[in-house]
Amino acid sequence: MSETLEKPAPKAALSIVGSRPVRPDGADKVTGRAAYGADFNMPGQLVGRVLRSPHAHARIVSIDASKARALPGVKAVITAADFPDLASEELEGGEAAANLRDLSLNVMARGKALYHGHAVAAVAAVSTEIAEAALERIKVTYEVLPHVIDVEAAMSPDAPVLHDHLFTEGLEARPDRPSNIAKKHRFARGDLAEGFAAADVVVEGRYTTKATHQGYIEPHACVAAWGEDGRCDVWSSSQGHFMVRTFCARLLGLDISDVRVTPAEIGGGFGGKTTVYLEPLALALSRASGRPVKMVMSREEVFRATGPTSGGIVRVRLGAKSDGTIVAADVELTYQAGAFPGSPVGAGAMTALACYDIPNFSIVGWDVVTNTPKVAAYRAPGAPISAFGVESAVDELALKLGMDPIALREKNAVKDGTKASYGPTFQNIGYLDTLAAIRESEHWKTPLGPNQGRGVAVGFWFNVGGESTAAVHIGEDGSAAVVTGNPDIGGSRASMAMMAAETLGLPIDKVRPMIADTSSIGYSMLTGGSRVTFATGMAVVQAAEKVTGELCARAAKLWDVPRDQVAWEGGKAVCLDAAKDRAPLSLEALAAQSARTGGPISGQATINAQGAGPGFGVHLCDVEVDPETGQVSVVRYTAAQDVGKAIHPSYVEGQVQGGVAQGVGWALNEEYIFDGEGRMENAGFLDYRMPVASDLPMLDAILVETAPNPRHPFGAKGVGEVPIVPPLAAVANAVRGAIGVRMPDLPISPPKVLAALDAKGG
Amino acid sequence: MTQLAYLAPSSAEEAAAALARDGARPLSGGTDLLVQLRAGRTRPAVVVDLKAVAGAIGVREQSGGFVIGAATPGAVLGEHAALSRAWPGVVEGATLIGSTQVQGRASLGGNLCNASPAADGVPALIAARATCVIVGPGGRREAPVESIATGPGQTSLAPGEFVLEFRLPPRPARASDAYLRLIPRTEMDIAVAGAGVNLVLDEGGRVAEAHVAVGAVAPTALLAAEAGRALVGGRLDDAALAGMEAAVRAVCRPISDKRGTAEYRTRIAGVLARRAALIAFERAGGVR
Repeated sequence: MSETLEKPAPKAALSIVGSRPVRPDGADKVTGRAAYGADFNMPGQLVGRVLRSPHAHARIVSIDASKARALPGVKAVITAADFPDLASEELEGGEAAANLRDLSLNVMARGKALYHGHAVAAVAAVSTEIAEAALERIKVTYEVLPHVIDVEAAMSPDAPVLHDHLFTEGLEARPDRPSNIAKKHRFARGDLAEGFAAADVVVEGRYTTKATHQGYIEPHACVAAWGEDGRCDVWSSSQGHFMVRTFCARLLGLDISDVRVTPAEIGGGFGGKTTVYLEPLALALSRASGRPVKMVMSREEVFRATGPTSGGIVRVRLGAKSDGTIVAADVELTYQAGAFPGSPVGAGAMTALACYDIPNFSIVGWDVVTNTPKVAAYRAPGAPISAFGVESAVDELALKLGMDPIALREKNAVKDGTKASYGPTFQNIGYLDTLAAIRESEHWKTPLGPNQGRGVAVGFWFNVGGESTAAVHIGEDGSAAVVTGNPDIGGSRASMAMMAAETLGLPIDKVRPMIADTSSIGYSMLTGGSRVTFATGMAVVQAAEKVTGELCARAAKLWDVPRDQVAWEGGKAVCLDAAKDRAPLSLEALAAQSARTGGPISGQATINAQGAGPGFGVHLCDVEVDPETGQVSVVRYTAAQDVGKAIHPSYVEGQVQGGVAQGVGWALNEEYIFDGEGRMENAGFLDYRMPVASDLPMLDAILVETAPNPRHPFGAKGVGEVPIVPPLAAVANAVRGAIGVRMPDLPISPPKVLAALDAKGG
Repeated sequence: MTQLAYLAPSSAEEAAAALARDGARPLSGGTDLLVQLRAGRTRPAVVVDLKAVAGAIGVREQSGGFVIGAATPGAVLGEHAALSRAWPGVVEGATLIGSTQVQGRASLGGNLCNASPAADGVPALIAARATCVIVGPGGRREAPVESIATGPGQTSLAPGEFVLEFRLPPRPARASDAYLRLIPRTEMDIAVAGAGVNLVLDEGGRVAEAHVAVGAVAPTALLAAEAGRALVGGRLDDAALAGMEAAVRAVCRPISDKRGTAEYRTRIAGVLARRAALIAFERAGGVR
């Protein structure tokens, strides 16, 4: 990213990319035909159920499943003893590197249960009722241990230690005893003391966020079938069936080629389906029973046992000159990792100051294990938490300086050529244009009503590329199938079809996108990191270009002209040799004759895409606060984003709106609430308060397309993650504007607002 | 394995007999019971569906008042123009329960007898001075709505007894009611606090009769009698409203839990009662 990238070659006018065709997955979803994870069934399948720890932290003394096994209709009972005891090993395949041992221990507790809801055994039976009765007959003897959930308490020297093998990484000297602090991250530049000494104004704050769940509507679900010959099939809903294949094979000691995973339609993931929970259990149960096994989580299990994101503490100190130039920033992040190391604090640290050009800074991040479910990726993992602290602090700075919050951000904005806080040099970024889009918006110019406040916040996400495979197959009627290996969580089928149609010169309704199983398409990294439209999209375009190249070769053969005398223009092969007087051949005509020109026409491309353009978002939020109840209503919201080029603008707007909706929930109401025994008290949508549609106004999205990504054939940048980064602070800054009090602790729930108003003396 | 019998009697007497069986649970709209069944929180041996019982569903006018079948879905109440004109607060309470889909089933009888302290359907019924017609093995009796719930999940109904219908008193001119609740969201949530206010004005536009009931601030919904008295005789001037708010808070004895602290609930109950009183007053044609 530090290199200077060439501008893209000028493209002919686009006819499909940038338009808004009907989504290819829409009809199936609105009619109920779409087959999600729980919709798949096999003859003779059993029902799998998980026994979960009733304790937040306990030693498993013994498990006696004899009574469960004796129950008629019970076909298998498994525990950790049915899985290999794996050594620590970093494993690629998920959203971030996973540790194989931790993954195994999370899937099934071995020796210790580390959170309430941790799987300790599983059963397969002929009916749900028998499976549940079997769970009640498994006798687990626990030795309950003290637990710790609060992240600062977990860091204390006298905290109960989760893992005897965990020694803090990243310290100058290896510590002499284990602790819950898994790792220290640090990024720094310049001289912090000098920077603060030169500052005219300093602001300082401590900001906290609670663990929140991705909240996908579809619970985890799968069917697994273990063949007599050791070859296995898994059908499941995930963000990456190649990830499921890799993880299952490693956890069970299988060859990759012996596992085939077929993706189901996915009902939301938001990062939370970038790992496995049920699939290895279903496989082990299938192996033990000789029957296919279906497992579907309840909503309660989803909350208790699958990854939320971290709760965190963000300490920020900023120093600025009186003209608004930020000269020093000191940021410390402390994130809950859950039961195993690997909170997104590294990404939180890398993104914390990514929108700002600051000469002197220090960012320290602490990854801390706690007796809570292991966190999983959640949309721009780590970034919303650090942005909440930093953007709240920048808002304080603007107030202290008496400066317009947009002008303050413009003054310190990164631009092309700026060395980013996390290392590389920015090129082709549209951040200043995105700030300008909000400054010029009608929303920014509209006055506020009584009890209302307005907040501005910005956010950054890297976006990634990575490995993808795509194939384009031409049917004998000239229609096209576009095949990829990436589950569609954000509209990628539409964008794949559109990019293929644009390249082939076909109408969009002649292009059918699909997602193939792990044996039917080459390897593709999972859907995450806002990578698919960028990276898999590039593979699709390259595959389509191979097809148009082949089509030109077929035309050359039919016309008896050299290959270089044929070009693909407007969906037709045209002969460049005017003397030949050949009428152009359409894709349909060439497809009809493919048998006698060399056989079926297909193209496949594999890629390890580099150069995903980073994205920036600038959000503007108006809230109204009820001074008697403390209730905060978001009354207007506008989000501008540097998107490069929107392939399907409605989907991009939908991504922006979805990220904002999740961010607003995080800001106002969502939180994991634990009782004194470490049990989550609100493991359901009734009391885990995600926003409902009526909680939100229309969320206006402004797509900024002034800085297309030169690495992508149409200029696309990743768009799905940026929009969840600014809302936490945008809402909090708006509340600050409405009530004159800073709310540093999320969620900004009504009782907290009322207490703040009381403390202010209002 | 557990067995579950399902009965749908058509007469109240049969229903009472069925409910007297061991392990019997009444089923009205089922929007609470089915959730509890699925979650394994209740394991009845017999489910007695009351929806087929004569009179359990429907709204009729009788002796100048309204009779509401206890199993009548919220959606039916919401679409009943005459009931909504006479008792807009009662209808508000009923139609706030659940989502649009849930409204197709959720009933006031189920809402009352599920005995959640936060039941949205109940405070306005209490403020309306509504009574329940209860059928049981021993025959019929009538009791005030506030006498049914005795604590979370607990009722005063004897084995075999169920609520067949609600009776709302005749409505004079210049009378109306209102119900408000506070939830952190805008819908699909459980009340942190709720307040129903029922006012009757005299010919001079002064409050002749006032009843205030609050929910989610005690083990059961409460009639705040003193709060009602604070409003009588005036046009809801600030002093009367302040007195009413204080009287509401005086009866609150909520718990602190994941949905709100005791202190917050108590305070909000007063705010909601004041706002509901102002709405009811305006609906009754009052001018402050």
